[in-house]
Amino acid sequence: MSKQEWPLYEVFIRSHSGLSHRHAGSVHAADDEMALSNARDTYTRRSEGVSIWVVRSDQIIASDPAETAAFFEPAEDKIYRHPTFYEIPDEVENL
Amino acid sequence: MYTQGLDQSGKGDPGARGEETAAQLDVFQARIDAEEKIEAKDWMPEAYRRTLIRQISQHAHSEIIGMQPEGNWLTRAPTLKRKAILLAKVQDEAGHGLYLYSAAETLGVSRDEMVGDLLSGKAKYSSIFNYPTLTWADIGAIGWLVDGAAIMNQIPLCRCSYGPYSRAMVRVCKEESFHQRQGYELMLTLCRGTAEQKAMAQDALNRFWWPALMMFGPNDASSSHSAQSMAWKIKRFSNDELRQKFIDVTVPQAEFLGLTVPDNKLTFNKESRHYEHSDIDWQEFFDVIAGNGPCNKQRMAKRRKAQDDGAWVREAARAHAAKKAARSAAA
Repeated sequence: MSKQEWPLYEVFIRSHSGLSHRHAGSVHAADDEMALSNARDTYTRRSEGVSIWVVRSDQIIASDPAETAAFFEPAEDKIYRHPTFYEIPDEVENL
Repeated sequence: MYTQGLDQSGKGDPGARGEETAAQLDVFQARIDAEEKIEAKDWMPEAYRRTLIRQISQHAHSEIIGMQPEGNWLTRAPTLKRKAILLAKVQDEAGHGLYLYSAAETLGVSRDEMVGDLLSGKAKYSSIFNYPTLTWADIGAIGWLVDGAAIMNQIPLCRCSYGPYSRAMVRVCKEESFHQRQGYELMLTLCRGTAEQKAMAQDALNRFWWPALMMFGPNDASSSHSAQSMAWKIKRFSNDELRQKFIDVTVPQAEFLGLTVPDNKLTFNKESRHYEHSDIDWQEFFDVIAGNGPCNKQRMAKRRKAQDDGAWVREAARAHAAKKAARSAAA
């Protein structure tokens, strides 16, 4: 058993140019360079990607699920931000 | 490949039950009932977390140990094409193990802890990998039957209530179809070959049929953990339901090969539209799970050796990374 685990990296893959990177999973690696090759070998064996991002898991700052309601509350009551809020007569077209 | 209904132990985990209020549990169950996915940092009952850690890590261990029976034939594959295919498949199994370890780690267990539990014998892996691969036809039988049974088990797991596990299973299932098809094609090639080759295929079916059926785990009547896993939507179908589905689709495939399923009581019930089969020898299953299968000791010894032999590589890589980091900090 190794005394100390290699750090954990989160892996994000762009599957085609034109699409954004998407979380695929994670890998352990001793350093950044190894994280990239491990991510390639683990998550793109069938040409699933054209670009990979890896980032140390402990470097990610995430919102707290327990606070979800409060955190996203400011958007909840602003229904006027949605186009369906506005009533437009049926006769008016292209709007 | 897949783990099986091994989640028997740990029944009645006390967990943090005392701190879990009925209201919390109700909210959680309501989310599950509404088909919401549970994500890593969401609140979850301690028993749900433990069940998942146990199941996902057993599943991961099965993938890792599962490389051994097939790896046994890598140097003896009959053609370069078959060798390349087998290499790709074994590499996939390693990949599946890694997806799954990664999913389990989101539940707050470390990779080292899981590997440690496998090596110490505390954690189980699927009983099927404790059977030897004696002939080349066994490689075909494993792809066709073992991966076939795995697919049956894993497709419902793509809808599992735990997000990271279900996403890992989607990825696994996409790759698993290649495994099963290459196995069946291998069997087909043997069955269309010489009488001796066909006999070899029959022999492989004879040896792998029953262990493959055992992969679905104990009968529903004796599967203690199933009800809770179903309520939590970790599991979607019972062991017996999945086993029946597997038999129903596989028997016609055997017939196409011109092979005989080694069960003299196997009959098609025209009313139920299902095959009826003999009872499974559960004593054999429990013996293999308890560590007394044909290859348990060999599999574990090999895994421990691989872990020990790789220790210096892991340490050297860490030392190299530390040196590089120090150098770039100084520059």
